[in-house]
Order: sequence, then C-alpha cells, then structure tokens
Amino acid sequence: MNFLVLLAIVLLIIAGHQLLRVIELSRGLKKTKEWQLTDHDNNLMGKAMLAFMFLFFAFFFWQVDRWIDRSLPPASSVHGVKIDQLWDYNMYLITVVFLITNAFLFWFAYKYRGNSKTKATYFPHDNRLEMAWTVVPAIVLAFVIIFGLIYWNEITSEATSKDKVTVELYAKQFSWNARYAGKDGKLGESNYRHIGGSNAVGMDTTDAAGFDDIVVSNEFHVPVNKEIEFFMRSRDVLHGAYMPHFRAQMNCVPGMVTSFKFIPTKTTAEMRKDKYVIKMMAGINAQRAKANKEPVEFDYLLLCNKICGSSHYNMQMNLVVDTQADYEAWLAKQKAVKVVASK
Amino acid sequence: MATETKTALEKDHLAHHSHVHDHDDEHHETFVSKYIFSMDHKMISRQFLITAVVMGVVAMTMSIIFRMQLAWPGEKFAFINAVLGDKWGKDGILDPNMYLALVTIHGTLMVFFVLTGGLSGTFSNLLIPYQIGARDMASGFLNMLSFWFFFVSSAIMLSSCFIDDGPASAGWTIYPPLSALPEAMPGSKLGMTMWLISMTLFVVSSLLGSLNYIVTIINLRTKGMKMTRMPLTIWAFLITAILGVLSFPVLVSCVALLIMDRSFGTSFYLSDIYIGGHPLDNVGGSPILFEHLFWFLGHPEVYIVLLPALGITSEIIATNSRKPIFGYRAMIGSMLAIGFLSFIVWGHHMFMTGMNPFLGSVFVFTTLLIAIPSAVKAFNYITTLWKGNIQYTPAMLFSIGLVSSFITGGVTGIILADSTLDINVHDTYFVVAHFHIVMGLSAIFGMFAGVYHWFPKLFLRMMNKKLGYVHFWLTFITAYGVFFPMHFLGLAGVPRRYYTNSNFPMFDNLVDINEIVTVCAIIGALSQGIFLFNFFYSMFRGERAPQNPWNSNTLEWTTPMANIHGNWPGALPTVERWAYDYSKPGAEKDFIPQTVALQEGEHDGGGH
Repeated sequence: MNFLVLLAIVLLIIAGHQLLRVIELSRGLKKTKEWQLTDHDNNLMGKAMLAFMFLFFAFFFWQVDRWIDRSLPPASSVHGVKIDQLWDYNMYLITVVFLITNAFLFWFAYKYRGNSKTKATYFPHDNRLEMAWTVVPAIVLAFVIIFGLIYWNEITSEATSKDKVTVELYAKQFSWNARYAGKDGKLGESNYRHIGGSNAVGMDTTDAAGFDDIVVSNEFHVPVNKEIEFFMRSRDVLHGAYMPHFRAQMNCVPGMVTSFKFIPTKTTAEMRKDKYVIKMMAGINAQRAKANKEPVEFDYLLLCNKICGSSHYNMQMNLVVDTQADYEAWLAKQKAVKVVASK
Repeated sequence: MATETKTALEKDHLAHHSHVHDHDDEHHETFVSKYIFSMDHKMISRQFLITAVVMGVVAMTMSIIFRMQLAWPGEKFAFINAVLGDKWGKDGILDPNMYLALVTIHGTLMVFFVLTGGLSGTFSNLLIPYQIGARDMASGFLNMLSFWFFFVSSAIMLSSCFIDDGPASAGWTIYPPLSALPEAMPGSKLGMTMWLISMTLFVVSSLLGSLNYIVTIINLRTKGMKMTRMPLTIWAFLITAILGVLSFPVLVSCVALLIMDRSFGTSFYLSDIYIGGHPLDNVGGSPILFEHLFWFLGHPEVYIVLLPALGITSEIIATNSRKPIFGYRAMIGSMLAIGFLSFIVWGHHMFMTGMNPFLGSVFVFTTLLIAIPSAVKAFNYITTLWKGNIQYTPAMLFSIGLVSSFITGGVTGIILADSTLDINVHDTYFVVAHFHIVMGLSAIFGMFAGVYHWFPKLFLRMMNKKLGYVHFWLTFITAYGVFFPMHFLGLAGVPRRYYTNSNFPMFDNLVDINEIVTVCAIIGALSQGIFLFNFFYSMFRGERAPQNPWNSNTLEWTTPMANIHGNWPGALPTVERWAYDYSKPGAEKDFIPQTVALQEGEHDGGGH
C-alpha cells in the first residue's frame, strides 16, 4: 500500500515535471509573455471584481439572515438595554459605511478595468474632496464618542442605591466563588494568606464584618430589579468575569479589587418564557439532539473571559436571577455553608 | 541540471562581474559572504522574505490544527496525531494545553515574525535604497546583524515548540501572572523563557533594522529626491521605523521585568497570589502595569504591521491604475497622524481590565480619532481607482483586496473603540474577527502584493500571472469566509481562546458557523500551496524580467536587471519629479519616470 502511494507520488511528480517542460517550451513560441496583461485579462478580472462584490454582499446578508437570531438575547439589565440600543445605532452606521465604500471600491474596480485603447484621467488631488472626507467622518465620530462616553460614565459610576446587593466574585483556576455580604451589608476583610481548607476566598476570620458572609460555588443567585454591586478578585492569574446576558464584564486581577454594577431586569424563569430565548434554545437543543446530548433549559452564565490556563474554556458558574422572595429564601438556605461559622 | 537551475541572480552576477570594476567587493565574494553573511540590502531582503515565508507556513499550519479542534471538538484526526505526536495529539485529539500553545505561537509568529520581520524586513530592505537612489543601506553591517538576530530569534521561537513542556501558551500577549508562574500552566515553564529570550533578540533585530532605515532615508537620498518626492512606500517605511524605534524598547523593558519576576523573585507584576497549594511571597506588583507596558508597544505594533502594507499598496494602486495616487500630501499627513495617534491609544485594549474608567474615556476619544486619517486613506485609494485604466496584475488584485479588508475590518474598530460597546464584545470572537480582517488580512494582502509586484527586482524573474490570479481569488474568498462569520460568534458572546465551545450548552447552536470557518480556513491554507509553488518555481525558472515590467516611475526600475553591488553601475540617478506622473496630460506615454526632467512650465505634482 505504502509502496503504491509512493509510486503514485513519484509518477505525479514526473508528470508534473513533464507538463511544466511543455508549458515552458510552448511559451517561447508565443509573442506575448505569460506575465504580460492583455485586455482580456483586465476585462475578466474587472468583471470578477464586480461578481465578487455581489457574492460578498449576498454572503453578508445570508449570514445576517441566518445567524443574527443566534446573537445574545436582548439585554437583561437596565444599562444593557441602553448598550443594545447604542450598539444598534453604531452597527447601522458601520454597515452602511461598509456597504457603500465596498460598493464604490468594487464598482470602480469593474468600471475602470484597463483597456489598451483608453488612458487614465490625471487627477492628483482635490482639496474640497479631501476636506469633505476629513470633516464628515470627524463630525460623525464626534457623535459616536459623545454618546459612548455618556453611557460609559453612567455604567462605570459607583453603585449608589440604598438597597443594593453586594456580591464578590472570586476567581481561581478554574472555578468561581461568589460571596455575599450578609445582613450587615459589608464584606469581611480577606487576605490571600488565609486561603486554605474550607476558607477558599481567604477571609479574615477575626473581622466581625465577615462573620455573616456567605460563600457559594457552582451557582449564585441575585434578586431582580435591585442594583447588584460586584467586586471581583482573583487568587492566582487574571480571569475575566463575563456575564454576557447582562452586558457586563470586568477582569479579576490578583492584588486588586475591581468592580462592576448592574440592575437585572428579567428573572431566569421569565427568560425561559421569552420568545427569543425559546427559539434560541430550540436551536441549541436541536443541535444537542444530533450529538445525543440531553436537552437543556436556559440559564444565565458567568464565564471566564481572560485566558487563564488549560481549563479556561470550562470555567463558568450558573447565575440565577430570582424574584426578591425567592432570592431571600435561597440565601437563607445558604447560611448553613458559610465559611466562618465554625469560628 | 545544476547549471540550468542556477538562479537568474547568479547568472547576472557572473555576467556583470567583468563589467563592473568600481566596486572592490565584487572580487572577493565567497558563498558565505554572498548568501549567508551578506551585507547587501537585496540579499538581506531575500533572506527576510524566505524566513518569513517559512514562519508563515508554520503559523498557518498551527491555525489549521486549532481550527479543526474548534469545528469538530473531540473528533480524531490522523493529521493532528501525525503533526503533534502522541503527547499532544493522543489518538488524534488536540490536548487543551497544546491548543493554547498553538494559539499563542500562531499569534506570535504572525504578528512579529511574518508581518513585522517579514514585511518590513523584506520591503524596507529591498526598496529603501532602490527607491531613494542609494547604493545600499547606511550600514550594511548593522543590516546583516539585523537579519541574523531575526534568524536566531526565529530559531529559538521555533525550537521552543519541541521542548518537553511545550512552548509558551499564555496567549501572544503573555499577560502575567499566567505567564510568570510555572505552576499556572506547563507553557509558562521553559517555553515562556524561550519566548522571552526570542522576543528580546527580535527587538534587537528590529531596532538595528529600523535605525538603519531611518538614517538611510534621511541621509542617503539621491540628488533631487526631496522628502515630498519620495514614493509613499518610503514614507510608510520611515514612519514604521520611527514607530518601531520608539515602541519596541518598551517591550524589552516589559519583558525584562517579567524575566525578573519569573527568575529573580521580584514582584513587578505579582501580588497576593495563592497557587499550587501555597501563597507566594510577592506583594505590591500589578499585572496592569504589564498590560500598560505591553500595549504601549502593542498598539503601535499594529501600525508597524499595517503601514508598510499601506505604503506598498499606495505604490501598486497608483502604478496599476495608471494614475497618480490621489491626495499624495493627504496620504503622508494621514500616515503621520496615524503614527502619532498610535502612541496614545493603547488603553483601548484595557477597558475591561480594571483600569480607571476615566482613563478609559480618554482612550475612547484618541482611538476614535484614528478613524479619521484611516477614512482619508480609504477614500483616497478609492478615488485613485476612479477614472483609472486599471491593470490587473496579481499585485493589483491583492492591493484592492487590501482596501476592501481595511474598510471591512476598520469599521468594526469604531464599535470596539467605544468602551461602552466594548463591554460586551471585549475578548470575544468579534475582536478576533476585527483584528484579523483589518490587520491580518490587510497586512498579508499587502505583503503578497509586494511580492508579486517586486518579484522581478527580488529574483530577476517574473511570477506566473495565472497562478497569481487563482491564488488571489481563492485567498480573498476564503479569507472573508474565515473571518466574517466570526463576527456572529462574537455577537453570540463566544469568548476567544476557548479550547471547545461545546463543553456547556450555551454555544451549541454555533457548531455550523465554526464548521464553515474551518472549512474555509483549510481551503485557504491549501491555496497557499499555489503561491508557494509559484514563488519557488518562478525563482528558478520563471520568465526573465524585463527592465520595467509594470511601466513604473520609481527609481528601482532604472537599475539594470541584475543584482550588482551599488545598484547603479555608473553614477546615481538624479530625481527630477515626484513618483506619480502617470497619464499626465501632454506626455507621450502614460508614465514619466522620476529621472525625466520637468519640461518648461511643467508643475511637479507632489510639490504644491
């Protein structure tokens, strides 16, 4: 078998070599050299450019048509809705620019394809045109910048509501912990030197503020319509706390505390009844059926979104948004597992 | 056979050997001084190009392996086992650590070795002396060192792929603490040390090269070659070199501090870490410091990659549209603006890192400003085509491809530069799509364009046009097929650098998108075989190049089609006009070389 493959390869090489020889010999007979452009070449390539434009745009719209419904569901947070809106405006803007400029490019590439009989127009510069396409983008960008920054300042300002819920997300290779402040609303002090045994997040067991803190893993809950203030920490390498359904993301940096806040607007149960989500889950479950995996229901997720090692791809935690009552009930049940209870 | 396959270079060299007596070097050439430790800019250019081609093939093959894993996770591929062996490709399934290693080395090779070393190294070396009318670089010796540092650095980077723990795998941005702690991943052991040494040598190479380019351009221009008469290629190389000189040393300091943290117990980037079951002693450092230092190089680096490609295509588009480049001054101005702005935008890589949000908003502002000169460039390219007489050489096809990808990838930059919108797509496939199209595709298209266009000057022979056509269309179509769908993965929130997207249900419905991407990637990669064949075949057996095959104005086409030391056998040419007098009214032909004197009452195009 190997011998036959080898023989086939050798024969192919010989055949290829012979073919090349024929081509090389025949090119000596031609008047125009192979590399020289003919009107036919220019015509063909010019038309190919136009054909490509149609193919490209068709591909673009085909993708939008088929795949846009696989985008993340509409945001489940107050600021996320605004981000989505701003996203849409910016996306329309760049889509129009993308289509128009590419259309001009490929249209000119077709229209002005070379011909041995014509001559190009000498047109070295035009101040008005150049001014136009300096000033117009500048004005458009000014709007992009202003709206972007207004939202940015709003999103990154400190959490101020009185009934905010404080949650600490604690990252490590390759899992998450969430810590709740408890009744006093204050997270207890922590230090990486205290890590060990059941004290996964390194809480300072002498700090009274931490006595009522609650640490959970695998799944964490937050109440709907309350401002949730997140503090992020990491024990080993950089991690990224990414909650895509809420348009929330912040890195977890060893040695410092980072933060992000948002107000969730839809409970997990509500999301499971959302039309968009139902359709999306149908797609997911159809694919899972093909791969012989059991069907699943929608869940919010906290993902790691900063490369952190071999199991980076599997570092996630379920996030459940509850009604206030459900949240309180869930939290009450968690008290039994709090780290500092034994002290 | 041996004599038949002798390169055209050698033949011409022999032919000219007897004619050229005014150069001493001619007489003492040995194999070593000519092909290995050459100080001739043309030979060094070829050395850079061929090294870069090898690195490009390696980096591309790596991408195919991890793309196969992403499209068909858990599937067994004999190919993967054959390439990676039983350790990293057991039963034909890619190991998760090796996945990260491949992603890391793919990025490193492409960004630094192919698109920085390869692109600048090849074309700055080839074109700077040729197009400004110099006999060689200011220092041939430094130039030689530049290549050999590059070569050693490449060799170290490649050999790191063969060590026991595998190569560096913390991503091409090597953020500590992941890259600083051997306990964090196998790739942060010896592999990372080799990465750091290799990059340090790379920076040495880059600095030696860049300083040489700057000095040569400023001092060695021939008579009449005013700055405002220089072809845009030279302007691009000049600005690129300045960016390199100012930003690469920062990478060295960044790397040096990381080496100290790794090996000498310092805490520049490390603080409060508990790993491998015990707390480390390091306190007070900050990984964010690393990110600042890294991106202070990292962002100018994007333009170090892109500007030479833009310079190359400016030249090719003007020549093959048979028109002056539209807005020559505006093109220079926009490159200068891009170059300047590139130093004050690095923070846009760090919106989500915990950096002060106010600082973030400053970077939003500066970053979006870059869109203005970029838009000017794109519009100027398109206007150059307008009413042209477009000659579709393979180089021209790739140049138009560059303009398209520059626009398509550029517009999503407006989204990513906006910190508010970046929140949800930061570190997702949307970013991967953006930078591969705007930087990867544009730069590699520029590089292909350059190779097709200047192959006659590089190897004195012509590349095959039809194979060039086939190569372009397959590459162009599959490139968009690979990277366009990635935007939709990003919209679905898929994080980058995930070994598989099927480990939890959230992304299960995206399998078919990943398959399309991978299939396009495989076809695209195979089509590069056409290029490789054309490249190496034409080098030895292509048709002999005539003096000025593309009817171009610039000086390199006035030197004899022979690789002689000193470039011009007699006196250096004198430049009388700018480089873009194509189809000038009243002229007999549709091009007027730069050496032709201005006629009475004739305006010099670049000068007003």
